[in-house]
Amino acid sequence: MIPLWYSLASLALAAYVVLDGFDLGAGALHLWIARTDGERRAVLGAIGPWWDGNEVWLIAAAGTLMLAFPTALAVAFSGFYLAMFLVVWALILRGTAIELRSHLASPLWRAFWDFVFSAASGVLALLFGVALGNLLRGVPLGGERWFTLALFTSFAPHQGDPVGLLDVYTVTVGVVAVAALLHHGALFLAWKTSGTVNARARLAAGRTLPVLAALLVLAYVATARVARLTPSPLGAGLVVVSTCALGASALFRRRSRELAAFLASCLFLATALAGVAATLYPTLLRSSDGAHDLTAHAAAAEAYSLGTAAPWYFVSLVLVAGYFANLFRMHRGKVTTSDTSDP
Amino acid sequence: MGDALFWHRLQFGFTAVFHYLFPQLTLGLALVIVLVKALHLRRGQGDDAYARTARFWIRVFGINFVVGVVTGIPLEMQFGTNWARLTHTAGGVIGQTLAMEGMFAFFLESTFLGLLVFGEKKMSPKAHLGVAVALLVGSWLSGYFIVATNAFLQHPVGYVTLPDGRLALSDFWVFLGNPWALVQYAHTLLAALVTGAFVVSAVGAYWTLSGAHPAEARVSLRVGVTLGLVATLMVAFPTGDAQAKLVAAHQPTALAAMEGRFESGTNASLTLIGQPNVKEKRLDNPIHLPGVLSFVAYGHFGSFVHGLDEYPESTWPTNIELLYYAFHVMVGLGTLMILLMALATVQAWRGKLERSRALLWVLMLAVPFPYIANSAGWMTTELGRQPWLVYGVFRTEHGASPTVHSGDALFTLLGFAGLYLVLGLLYVFLIGREIAQGPPRDASAEGHA
Ligand code: HDD
Ligand code: HEM
Ligand code: HEM
Repeated sequence: MIPLWYSLASLALAAYVVLDGFDLGAGALHLWIARTDGERRAVLGAIGPWWDGNEVWLIAAAGTLMLAFPTALAVAFSGFYLAMFLVVWALILRGTAIELRSHLASPLWRAFWDFVFSAASGVLALLFGVALGNLLRGVPLGGERWFTLALFTSFAPHQGDPVGLLDVYTVTVGVVAVAALLHHGALFLAWKTSGTVNARARLAAGRTLPVLAALLVLAYVATARVARLTPSPLGAGLVVVSTCALGASALFRRRSRELAAFLASCLFLATALAGVAATLYPTLLRSSDGAHDLTAHAAAAEAYSLGTAAPWYFVSLVLVAGYFANLFRMHRGKVTTSDTSDP
Repeated sequence: MGDALFWHRLQFGFTAVFHYLFPQLTLGLALVIVLVKALHLRRGQGDDAYARTARFWIRVFGINFVVGVVTGIPLEMQFGTNWARLTHTAGGVIGQTLAMEGMFAFFLESTFLGLLVFGEKKMSPKAHLGVAVALLVGSWLSGYFIVATNAFLQHPVGYVTLPDGRLALSDFWVFLGNPWALVQYAHTLLAALVTGAFVVSAVGAYWTLSGAHPAEARVSLRVGVTLGLVATLMVAFPTGDAQAKLVAAHQPTALAAMEGRFESGTNASLTLIGQPNVKEKRLDNPIHLPGVLSFVAYGHFGSFVHGLDEYPESTWPTNIELLYYAFHVMVGLGTLMILLMALATVQAWRGKLERSRALLWVLMLAVPFPYIANSAGWMTTELGRQPWLVYGVFRTEHGASPTVHSGDALFTLLGFAGLYLVLGLLYVFLIGREIAQGPPRDASAEGHA
């Protein structure tokens, strides 16, 4: 049961990154990709039907962790206390911005919410990347298990120094996440929009790709050297698949196969994260001193809980897949002007 | 770090009460929308007042829903951030219903919301009604799962305590069908219908009083007042009454504190008014109904009712005064709302509601009542649960995160206070604007949510 639930929790997290990732990226980019009000409405029209459902994956991932690995959720969320609330507040601002901007026609009102939407999206992408960086590098778990993390201690920690939330390594991973999601969001917008927005989105995808590729190489090296984490065989295989998917996405984009390019980017993110999970397994929380890792077995709920939850969890996954398939069916074309009418 | 607990509690209570201001309308409006759309379909008269009324309430639903969503996320996270020891101890049990809420309810709601708000033009009226039903099912399901989570804290069933002190699920169906959850859910859902009914009636009253949109005002008033009478009656009886009996059976200290009873005895009287004086252990200037509390709690005027004196002070609820006031505010407003809706129903039945200006004024201004009663009800429940986090099993003081300091919790509480102030103002502004603009002529097209 424990490998199963480790996979399900990873699946929920990966689904969150792949799905909310495209609307975070699109949101962060849209100030540049969409300049007029009509263009911005097209961007919002493209992500409008999706973003709320995508965000539920975050709640579902938290719920899944609480269900299967309550201790890990408790230790991690309380340890990252302030960072968690930055995420929560950014999510509040972002949801509010998406909902509210269309309600008044005033250009000032709209410009303000567009800015909030973009800034909150960018901050979230960065914070999620930093969080991943912390998981890879490890957190100061002691014998007591609970920890707190200073915002930063020294930006370039040496072995044995106390670690902070932000250091060269975690910020690097954060920047990788921003680049990956900008690229992802640009591909989504290229698929969903036409005209100038489409052209700019494709340009943005083309421009972010080399940066992303360079940063990825840097991050892989840093993960091996600074975080002292070498991929497991399965993890390494998944990383290779993810690299191929990223390449395929670039090829599809060149050939103007926009949906295929976007889906390849989904595969890139999903397999990269799966590679992380496969490498870390069975560790849920790495400890920065290497001696107090919190493993899935130590953090898991009792076997009876895990066993009873598995059947209903699968039923719910099927239902959720159905809802998302329905969304896809209703919104598979490009957004048109009639899709983006004012209130 | 001693007083960190206080800030954790205040933050959770504040963010929970604020969150619940929105779902209570969602739960109520979801039914109103389904009812009005069904009436529209049955009449089959094209784009009539029913269609436009439904469209108006769907717009309100959309704004309200998003605020509910963004304020719900912090609550879910706070189990981990602020109540880490609770999550470590009981997460294996309450994680079940919290995860089910996400998987079975939130996905359903959030993937259908866009179709409800923007999809009317894209589908047949029947399919659109189907979407409204999906939202009703999704939101009512989410209500059940979260209430079942809370019910476990109130009255833990279906679990065992492990040697290391953690709780583990031992019977899924017993846990999910917790009798406390069934009663609490019925009461909470009806209370949410009260909110929906009062909001819909108030807008109908406002339009009538200002002479705007007479046809839509009439639909809103009729539906609101009818639903209002049924819901206010049922929130008191049988559901409120059943809640009180459960509290009497399982949380005797909570009942005693709710009623300000410091002494045990038979023929217990029900207090209408009075102030608890915890230091002197008595109720100041009370007005009593002799024997009624015995009857309400146990079904006989002579029944023995426990007072706080029977229990060690370490098991008394930690804030008896607030608990007492909260309970009396809920019940008092509940009684008032029954009277108001009964009067309005009589007038509507005689065909005079639209001309009873004084009554319409009252209906319009009574909007805060259900919100206050709902918040007070939750305060009663949550304060009455003290000093336990999981009743009788796990004390609140053991539940908070060990490494989060009082300053951290105060900082985030202040952050929420500021953010929610702005959010609340924006919400009131936008809903007010919708009401002033009135029902939209045309279905809005697919677009941004
Ligand atoms: C419109 C709102 C509303 C109204 C008019 C009432 N209630 Fe209520 N009540 C709630 C809204 C509510 C609530 C917010 O929904 C609560 C909080 C938690 C819960 O399960 O329901 C609640 C809880 C609650 C509890 C549980 C306390 C506990 O668990 O410790 C009791 C005993 C009652 N109610 C009893 C009543 C009675 C006898 C009423 C008679 C008029 C009444 N309520 C009206
Ligand atoms: C939306 C409806 C709810 C409202 C309005 C509400 C209200 C409150 C209030 C006012 C407090 C503060 C009590 C105090 O300080 O003594 C509180 C505490 C708390 N509530 Fe709720 N609550 C709600 C639902 C829930 C649910 C469904 C859960 C279940 C999981 C829950 C779990 C808690 C916890 C863990 C605390 C903190 C510990 C404590 O003080 O007991 N609440 N809530
Ligand atoms: C303290 C416990 C609570 C937690 C942790 C919680 C959690 C959440 C979360 C995470 C969301 C956002 C879902 C989304 O993204 O779609 C949400 C929305 C919602 N919640 Fe809560 N909630 C609590 C209390 C309640 C209660 C007591 C009810 C009803 C009885 C309720 C009913 C709803 C509904 C219907 C929604 C949908 C959005 C809306 O209506 O505003 N919640 N809640």
